[in-house]
Amino acid sequence: MTKKDKYKKVAYYPGCALEGTGHAYNRSTKAVGKKLGLDLVEVENWNCCGAMEVKNVDPKIQTYLSSRVMSTAANEMNMDVVMAPCNGCYHNLKKAEYDLKNDTESVDVVDRLSKKAGHKTYESGQVETIHALDWIKETIGEDGLRERVKNSLSGIKIANYYGCMYTRPRHIFPEKDAGPGSESTSKPHFMDDLLEAAGAENVDFPLKTACCGGAHTLSDSDTSTKLVLNILKTAKLAGADVIATECPTCHSGLEMHQIRAEKTLGEVVDIKILYFTQLLGMALGLKAKKVGVHENISNSIGFLKEKGLG
Amino acid sequence: MMSLAAIESAIQSISAEPDASASASELLKLSEAVIEHWIVARGEKPTDEKREGFRLLALHRQGAKGDPSFNACRETCREVVYHYNLITMQADDSEITNRLDMMKMISSHLFLFISGKMQVAELGEFCCSAKPIRLSSDLETGTAKEP
Repeated sequence: MTKKDKYKKVAYYPGCALEGTGHAYNRSTKAVGKKLGLDLVEVENWNCCGAMEVKNVDPKIQTYLSSRVMSTAANEMNMDVVMAPCNGCYHNLKKAEYDLKNDTESVDVVDRLSKKAGHKTYESGQVETIHALDWIKETIGEDGLRERVKNSLSGIKIANYYGCMYTRPRHIFPEKDAGPGSESTSKPHFMDDLLEAAGAENVDFPLKTACCGGAHTLSDSDTSTKLVLNILKTAKLAGADVIATECPTCHSGLEMHQIRAEKTLGEVVDIKILYFTQLLGMALGLKAKKVGVHENISNSIGFLKEKGLG
Repeated sequence: MMSLAAIESAIQSISAEPDASASASELLKLSEAVIEHWIVARGEKPTDEKREGFRLLALHRQGAKGDPSFNACRETCREVVYHYNLITMQADDSEITNRLDMMKMISSHLFLFISGKMQVAELGEFCCSAKPIRLSSDLETGTAKEP
């Protein structure tokens, strides 16, 4: 079966962030999927992937938590693909997959905890974890998007920001850097490709995988603010009107520290921050509200109206 | 070794005038100096070797040994090198000022990332729990264990 067919119906793992600060990403991902005729079946009774907090305390517990999500998809829902739009969830499921394939101690811990919890142990290879970018790129692709665009993103200059967890560490993403058509870990381009197909003009953005300080946004807000401010200013210098995101942690970090930079450092950087799914959704003819633009912290309604969107 | 505060200030003061290529070389050296801080704070000697023709890339590789999370600045280092090449190989390009400004932003990001990481690891020269201060006070009391 080709990826195009395989990814048309996937187990959807939104993760905690998409039910909270990243709700606009949840809303826009579902809306875009529906518009494109793709089927999302939410993982039943899903749990936290282990995020950064659990991983820092005990990485093997994180492996178990992520494996439980994959076990539910494979063993209870009979699905073979899990789609996680959050970079943290995506990264953790991929890491769990790698560990369960290569580390017998992880296999033992996951088996023991799964039995204790009363569900089938996840076995490496039962599901394939993909990101929302893979999902749209492989099923619809650039040509398919071009055919479906109703409101071109023409005239919008975009800096595509992938964050640090979508490509790192390289060894947990064996499908990346795998020749023509695959994603690159050093210069990711899937988001660039999709938004360009929707009519946008991508700028050359050198910090597309740089750290936004998301991991220590609470413990060291000042450093996070400076890192985000530098990302915003670099995108602006590159000529961008908008930073497109594909991670709820990066997105909320960029939005919140944009405001914090203004309040604490007096630095105002006028650049809009939107999820790539919000931009694609509006290009496909969905209203701004339908893709949750009103749920973003930053206000881009005026800008979008000016560009004929929303 | 130049202090981190001095490095930050030097990055900010660099300008494309009068010689953008010389300024790009200076930014490259300052980026190297940032990683040297990380390596020295971890008790190692910064390498003089080059990787793909650049000491910065060799230093990054050295800094990432034993700490995979340091790879979060791998592409930032490569972007510093890329912009250095753009500026020095096309010194008469009309975009030269913009390119140097961009290289400054990338070098600043490297500085912010590594100095932030050093604070988290309690390395460097930031507060009373910072390694150099802790070591010197241990030296005074004769309890120092680290070299």
